[in-house]
Amino acid sequence: MTVSHMSTSKLTAASLHRRHAVEKRFRAYGVVAIVTALVFLIILLSSMLSKGYSAFFQAQIRLPVFFSQDVIDPKRTNSSEIIARANYQILVRNALKARFPDVKKRREVKKLTMLISRGARRHLRAMVAHEPSLIGTTQEVWLLASGDADMFLKGAIPRDIPEKSRRINDRQIAWLNALEEDGAARMRFNVNFFTVGDSREAEQAGIWGAIVGSALTLIVTLILSFPVSVTAAVYLEELSTKNWWTDFLEVNINNMAAVPSIIYGLFGLAIFLNVMHLPRSAPVVGGIVLALMTFPTIIIATRASLKAVPPSIREAARGLGASPAQVVLHHVLPLAMPGIFTGTIIGMSRALGESAPLLMIGMVAFIVDIPQGLFDPASVLPVQIYLWADSPERAFVEKTAAATLVLMVFLVVMNATAVILRRKFEKRW
Amino acid sequence: MQFFVLAVTLVVLTGIGFFFGRSHALSSVSGRARNLHSLPDYYGWYLALWCGLPSFGLFLLWVLAEPYLIDVLVINQMSAVLPDKWAGSSDLILNLVQSLAAGHTVPGEATPALQEAADHYNALKKTSFAGLAAAMASLVAAGLAWGLRQITPGLRARNQVEKVLRWLLVASATIAVLTTIGIILSLLFETIRFFQLTPFWDFLFGLSWSPQTSIRTDQVGSSGEFGAIPLFTGTLLVTFIAMAVAVPIGLMSAIYMADYASPKIRNIAKPMLEVLAGIPTVVYGFFAALTVGPFLRDVGMATGLEVSSESALAAGGVMGIMIIPFISSLSDDIIAAVPQSLRDGSLALGATRSETVRSVVLPAALPGVISACLLGVSRAIGETMIVVMAAGLAAKLTANPLESVTTVTVQIVTLLVGDQEFDSAKTLAAFALGLVLFAVTLVLNLVALRVVQKFREQYD
Repeated sequence: MTVSHMSTSKLTAASLHRRHAVEKRFRAYGVVAIVTALVFLIILLSSMLSKGYSAFFQAQIRLPVFFSQDVIDPKRTNSSEIIARANYQILVRNALKARFPDVKKRREVKKLTMLISRGARRHLRAMVAHEPSLIGTTQEVWLLASGDADMFLKGAIPRDIPEKSRRINDRQIAWLNALEEDGAARMRFNVNFFTVGDSREAEQAGIWGAIVGSALTLIVTLILSFPVSVTAAVYLEELSTKNWWTDFLEVNINNMAAVPSIIYGLFGLAIFLNVMHLPRSAPVVGGIVLALMTFPTIIIATRASLKAVPPSIREAARGLGASPAQVVLHHVLPLAMPGIFTGTIIGMSRALGESAPLLMIGMVAFIVDIPQGLFDPASVLPVQIYLWADSPERAFVEKTAAATLVLMVFLVVMNATAVILRRKFEKRW
Repeated sequence: MQFFVLAVTLVVLTGIGFFFGRSHALSSVSGRARNLHSLPDYYGWYLALWCGLPSFGLFLLWVLAEPYLIDVLVINQMSAVLPDKWAGSSDLILNLVQSLAAGHTVPGEATPALQEAADHYNALKKTSFAGLAAAMASLVAAGLAWGLRQITPGLRARNQVEKVLRWLLVASATIAVLTTIGIILSLLFETIRFFQLTPFWDFLFGLSWSPQTSIRTDQVGSSGEFGAIPLFTGTLLVTFIAMAVAVPIGLMSAIYMADYASPKIRNIAKPMLEVLAGIPTVVYGFFAALTVGPFLRDVGMATGLEVSSESALAAGGVMGIMIIPFISSLSDDIIAAVPQSLRDGSLALGATRSETVRSVVLPAALPGVISACLLGVSRAIGETMIVVMAAGLAAKLTANPLESVTTVTVQIVTLLVGDQEFDSAKTLAAFALGLVLFAVTLVLNLVALRVVQKFREQYD
């Protein structure tokens, strides 16, 4: 029948059109989803980059410093102790007053001095200790600017908000502008950031202490988790019989992988700190807690690598007279090693980024000295980021973002190493 | 430091034992290795294990037990000469004695009694170290003598060594169990102590969370209420927002990558998702606190809504971004595991690709996808750093995502990172919360596992 045939085909054409439209929309949703994830990633990275790149540069101010004998060594003893104990802040203040001679009132002088970092006096002390012949001379010295001055010179303090809401008042702005016009203000690469530990002064704060702490903690984690995980995985995979005990072990290991990291911190606090009285804040305790967390990751990676070794290798070894332990140790394990190393590196990179359990065991204190050993109080890089993020000073914002960039660089390097190793040593059986 | 030296010495001695045993075995058959039962190396390991293992076991026991024993001895010696005011605060005295013994100056009074106790402490430590070194040396010597006696050509060294090796492997695997049991027990003990201070039902069903316990009896602002419902609702709100962000994006990107994407796009998208997965949660938290929170607050101000700068929306949204790769990779594996024959059959019957996905692939993959979502929820509930940095501290009972709420993990951190005495209800509450968190995530994971096991389709 012609009529119904035509209407059927029209119906079919119409519904086909609709279905193709739905198909196109669905496909578009998929693309939108992936693009959205990509956009989030880009926003995150660019936000960190834009806020953090300025932390790699530090403002310095050039001042004529008169190394006055009367301030440093009034009795002319030439003793290094007297020189070390002199009040170099007075030299800084005099230098500023010499540069801006019309600043007389005490409160204004105080505001003027706030433009230079408190660390400048240490710089001057080091100069004089190195070369006592400087005493009595006037030198042009580049001194570290204070955190607020540094922020202003980088353009981070908007000038159009009322003076009372700013950390830099109008007179200080005028002084800084004058210094800039004279060419007495410059930006230098912030080597300090990578060589010193934490500080209350933002311009002097660095991440070296946190990096050393992280390294020590990761060493302990690696030493503890790698042997134990590999042996446990070898046992479960190769040398155990299927009974209730091994089933129980497997369930336990899978559960360990899913426990939130903060629970490990609570466990570490309750057992290692309160029962065993290990030193608080030490890399040793952090390493143990992180090793417990990394345990399931390495076990799962090791089991996957062991499973990937073909049974023919095992059977050939048995056929030549090897015992089960010899088969595993001499044949299977060496072949599975690349996969095990990859899993270990990934586990270590996850441990590097962890901070919640370490907060619980006390690695959250303000630690200035670089830790020297496994039992010294230390901090790790993620916890340092957390501490700085809490700080209200604007100058710490850029430091925090820069520290996140450094952390992400470390993680990228570790993960890239794992991927390269995996590609290089991957055996196709 | 000294213990480290001792451990290294033990390792060196064990190594020497290895070579010694090996050469002894070979010399007993005049160099003809084929007359030995096992390979020569096994005789070396045999002797090394006899030298090293008992000594190492003693070392471990000593290191674990010594601080406790010394503390008990010092306290006993001091309690005879204690003035009354110190009675009962043995931890405090121990701290003073330990810092005096380490050579630091002690705040307050370094009474002769304290100084004497510090000297006693140091003397005890010295004797214990000397005793340990002597005991270990004698064990090594005894093991050496015994092992050498046992090494004959007929000794089945390989079997003995492999037996010991097997026990070592079992011990390693048991550490996993010990850890789980240790976690449960430690949380349980502290929680029981907490429930002795605060009633159980008040905790689980109380509506007011205000954990300021008083130190003095007349202190202002000390309500000490530990009702955890606001925390649970806060956690659920943030988790809900996180899943609302993560599930659509994660699932759709998994479907697209599994069914639509060309290999080129897969090669870009998969590493990008792995990068998202690898970013530490601190960085996400900082991003949420620095960029997302103020941004949402400004958007709110522009549209006239009251948005807190620590809104649940900011924390939940960033947490969702963090969970996207988790759900995406799990779903990707599951969707890719659906056999191609099902898809081919559906396409052959004239379905479009989207209809195939919606009617054939997703229902087949549904148990796995649900399990992935449950694991994602478990991850969101246990997440700490993002909410610590981006969500608030005040416990509010609200369903408005624009307000600031607090979650269980934030409270655990806040309660423990302050300086409260360890016995007070405030710090013990943290352990109770930890136990609840552990139980909930455990149940979620077990359910996820059961869902997959029970409802999974078995294809041929």
